[in-house]
Amino acid sequence: MTYRNDPYDPKQVAYLDPAALDAAVAEADKAFAGAADPDALTQLRHLHLGDKAPVSLARREIGALPPAAKSDAGKRVNEARRQIQDLFDARSAALAAEQEQRVLAEERVDVTLPWDRRPRGARHPLSTLMERIGDLFVGMGYEIAEGPEAELEWTNFDALNIPPDHPARGLMDTFHIAPEGSGLVLRTHTSPVQARAMLTRTPPIYVIAPGRVYRTDELDATHTPVFHQVEGLVVDRGITMAHLRGTLDHFARAMFGPDARTRFRPHYFPFTEPSAEFDIWFPQHRDGPQWVEWGGCGMVNPRVLRACGIDPEEFSGFAFGMGIERSLMFRHGISDMRDMVEGDVRFTRAFGMEL
Amino acid sequence: MRVGLSWLREHVDLPADLSAEALEAALVGLGIEVDSIVDLRATVNGPLVVGRVLTVEELTGFKKPIRFCTVDVGDANGTGAPQEIVCGASNFAPGDLVVVILPGGVLPGGFEIGARKTYGHMSAGMITSARELGLGEDHAGIIVLPPDTAERPGQDARPVVGLDDVVVEVEITPDRGYAMSVRGIARELGLALGVPFHDPALAGAPGATEEPAYPVDVRDPVGCDRFAARAVRGVDPTAVTPAFIVRRLTQAGIRTISLPVDITNYLMLEFGQPMHAFDLDRLRGPLVVRRAAPGEKLTTLDGVARTLDAEDMVICDDTGPISLAAVMGGETSEVHPGTTDVLFEAAHWDPVMVGRTARRHKLFSEAAKRWERGVDPALPLVALRRAVELMTAHGGGTVGDEILDFDAVRPRGPVEMAVDLPTRRVGVAYEPARVVGLLEAVGCTVTVNGERISAVPPTWRPDLTDPADLVEEVVRLDGYDKVPGRLPLAPAGRGLTDAQRRRRSVARALAETGHVEVLSYPFVGTPALDALGVPDDDPRRDLVKLANPLSDEEPFLRTTLLPPLLATLRRNVGRGARDLALYEVGVVFRGRGAGAPPVMGVDDRPSVSVFAAADAVVPEQPWHVAVVLAGEQESAGWWGGGRPASWADAVEAARTVLDTAGIPDERVTVRSAAVAPWHPGRCAEIAVDGVVVGWAGELHPGVVAALDLPKRTAAAELDLDALPAAPVTPAPRVSGFPPALIDVALVVGTGVPAAEVQAAIVAGAGDLLESVRLFDVYASEQLGEGRKSLAYKLTFRAPDRTLTVEEAVAARDAAVAEAANRFGATLRGA
Repeated sequence: MTYRNDPYDPKQVAYLDPAALDAAVAEADKAFAGAADPDALTQLRHLHLGDKAPVSLARREIGALPPAAKSDAGKRVNEARRQIQDLFDARSAALAAEQEQRVLAEERVDVTLPWDRRPRGARHPLSTLMERIGDLFVGMGYEIAEGPEAELEWTNFDALNIPPDHPARGLMDTFHIAPEGSGLVLRTHTSPVQARAMLTRTPPIYVIAPGRVYRTDELDATHTPVFHQVEGLVVDRGITMAHLRGTLDHFARAMFGPDARTRFRPHYFPFTEPSAEFDIWFPQHRDGPQWVEWGGCGMVNPRVLRACGIDPEEFSGFAFGMGIERSLMFRHGISDMRDMVEGDVRFTRAFGMEL
Repeated sequence: MRVGLSWLREHVDLPADLSAEALEAALVGLGIEVDSIVDLRATVNGPLVVGRVLTVEELTGFKKPIRFCTVDVGDANGTGAPQEIVCGASNFAPGDLVVVILPGGVLPGGFEIGARKTYGHMSAGMITSARELGLGEDHAGIIVLPPDTAERPGQDARPVVGLDDVVVEVEITPDRGYAMSVRGIARELGLALGVPFHDPALAGAPGATEEPAYPVDVRDPVGCDRFAARAVRGVDPTAVTPAFIVRRLTQAGIRTISLPVDITNYLMLEFGQPMHAFDLDRLRGPLVVRRAAPGEKLTTLDGVARTLDAEDMVICDDTGPISLAAVMGGETSEVHPGTTDVLFEAAHWDPVMVGRTARRHKLFSEAAKRWERGVDPALPLVALRRAVELMTAHGGGTVGDEILDFDAVRPRGPVEMAVDLPTRRVGVAYEPARVVGLLEAVGCTVTVNGERISAVPPTWRPDLTDPADLVEEVVRLDGYDKVPGRLPLAPAGRGLTDAQRRRRSVARALAETGHVEVLSYPFVGTPALDALGVPDDDPRRDLVKLANPLSDEEPFLRTTLLPPLLATLRRNVGRGARDLALYEVGVVFRGRGAGAPPVMGVDDRPSVSVFAAADAVVPEQPWHVAVVLAGEQESAGWWGGGRPASWADAVEAARTVLDTAGIPDERVTVRSAAVAPWHPGRCAEIAVDGVVVGWAGELHPGVVAALDLPKRTAAAELDLDALPAAPVTPAPRVSGFPPALIDVALVVGTGVPAAEVQAAIVAGAGDLLESVRLFDVYASEQLGEGRKSLAYKLTFRAPDRTLTVEEAVAARDAAVAEAANRFGATLRGA
């Protein structure tokens, strides 16, 4: 207490006067309100809260008071100082907010300006669809099997119970690899992957085989000599046609929604017996809800199992296959096969990275 | 095959009110694909009536003959007065019965009939031809109905011309030859709808006589295991084919030729038994059925002179081959407009032989199609009986008593099967009695031995040979729709292989960095490789050739992805695109020229070594990735100017591929190279661990010109399969201590590759160097001719302490010293 021993003199305690303190607060309030920006406010700080400020001078006067009055006076001074400090802080915050608002407003841009500096890339929708199908089955525990596109006639035909003079061979317009008798073809379907899977794996076999296949059709709106299929093969103990159906139903629901249904129609494939074609009920078809032919399937013909070294007494299996182009066409309302073939970036970009 | 419901009804008791939907469902449910069902009743609308021509007035003065007729149409016109009609045909006379469509009627195609003035007369209606009614292509004249037509003038003409029928067109799978007939389809419909089927083949027929209808010597009973014939003599050569046969043949799409030929075709449709009609007078000596001698000649009915193969079967007389057996007859023995004595032949041929012959001679006749799919060997005699009946009924003549029937058909053995096999294969619990019942329904003779059954398939089902075939019959008849769905539980899988994951990642990374994926055809021609400047001894010339390419200009398979990808680029440019970044991930084909694969059977798997030997013949098919770039890589916009795609973008794309494939930077080397089709000064050879995996850069200006590509088109191609497996990356030690950053500018000769200078810096700087980045390259007069400055930002950091300035400078100096040592680099400003 610096001034403890000072003698009491009312003239010396003018700043401690309650009215003077109130005036100091009011003065400060008025001054702060008049500050236009944080800098101006900072300039005012020492006038009202600094050493020479009325409240600081009042504090100094407390020492001159009789001991009994000191406590009360101290409270008054502290209260006044607190009020001024609060006024300062409030004004300071308000000015900072104002300034921030101003800066933000100044920095405003047109966010609708396009940022297409680098053109977008895209996957081909056929690739995306094949990967989706692959992922679905991989999620069920299948593995993705592969085989060559230029393939042995034996795996493409003979092993699949299509002997050289079988009418089915004539129905698949085959690209043969020169010279005559090379024993090689461009695979006409993904089914030779079945044979390779059985030759290189031991049951239980659960594989899915997406890939590119070839037939000697000229390109038009509904045909292409190069197209894609996906083949599924399961060989295990006790496999039945019900397992085939359950698998395709699951597949259909995963691809086309929970209401998707399949329909089996008896058909003929040399490599399956019994064989079926399967349709899918497609409510979103652009020509209205209808059954759409989706693919072929059946129980692996025991002759095929034998040719691939699997005992048909012990194991049975199912296989199914479908055209990727076809699936894409009806799922996305594509009417012309050529759109998927020609590589026009406008077509492919429309599909982006996902389907 | 197209057939009217009215014909089917003759053999199966179809419900009278069978709807098109129910018919289709029945056929489809049993595996017969329905292409179309056309209700002919709905094709012609309004009054179509029988009319009798009363008067004919020839109008003259027109460019073509025109007739003004009056026609009695009863009271169909409401008045009973003769109808006045102008007609352009002239194949009719007063008194003839014709088919008239009256005003208000509508012909197929929406052609409305009215009363109008033409050629100076009012014409109220039209006398119709078969084509106008949609009944066939015959437009030579109007339809003149037979005089014995039961319907009177004014009555509905639809039943008379067959417009009261429903025509169904079906597609038959290769295993169901029997269903390529009215008999077969009717049988299936009987099964599907549960209604009685009346097999026309059960009608019975007289058997062979001592004396044959004609002497025949079948010398190859494997190629021909049955040969039957009957003769009809003294038929009226002018006899016309009855309307119902014409109608049914027309519906089936078969031309009418002459009564005997039409009868054979009609019975082929009805029974599924192809037949042949010879002119008895034109046969010389006994018939011989044998294999052709190699090189033997025969002119078939289509007028083509054919050279025969030793596998072909022929029917010969003393003059040599007169018929290409089972496929097509020959010109010299065919019935012709003057034929009076007809020999009908019905045989049974080896399906494999017929298939080969048909393919060899490219003669896929209706007969060949049936033979190849299997014909019932029990049919010849009953078909012959029907043939001679129809012949005499419509053409007169006398049926010969002699019947030839050479029959070497071997009876079928039974197919054995565990009775629960259908249940085990299908997943539906079939009672044994149900299994037996269904197999009997398809015509099998079934005997049960405890748990096993033995089924002798019917003669018309040569496709039923294995237990699995019987299983299919059970589930087919019981209903495919009754098979429930159950999901099998697969064992735990291993996910994608590394190679599969890598291909996906690469494809995705390129798309994410602005490239558009293309899936192009792999067909190429050598001009495309010439245009790329690929040298003659380049491995990309080891082409795999197609024996039957779609285009003779592109008979090979691609050895590089670039030709088809550049063609796609060009197509896009042609369609107005300018800025293009395309990529493809696909296989290329490299010929091995290793001869044919070993012969492999199908009764058991080929041994591992035999299959490996076969596989060694298959062309190598490595996966490649290629990128082509043209136009601007970055577009101009409100942010400023654009940036044209360049060699550097191609290299960057290649680096993206390597990066995505998990190949660490330090294992990649980039060197200048001169390889087609790239610009020799702007081609980067890219190697991993020293093994070249591909190239990237700007295309050679000559290539750009030759292929008409946008200027400065850039490209990259890498062999994905040549990339080593991604390593298991050791985790880096991430130091928390502050880095020391030092820039250095090194002056080196212009020809020194930046990558090598950087390698020297890395080698010289030692372990404290965390990263190095080239941030500026320039040349100036000040530096002097042949010099360039490379400015690097070096980041040094220690794992365990804050580096002192002295330590960092020492490391920097060591780096510079190494660059100086290797390339004479000097520190700029030093």
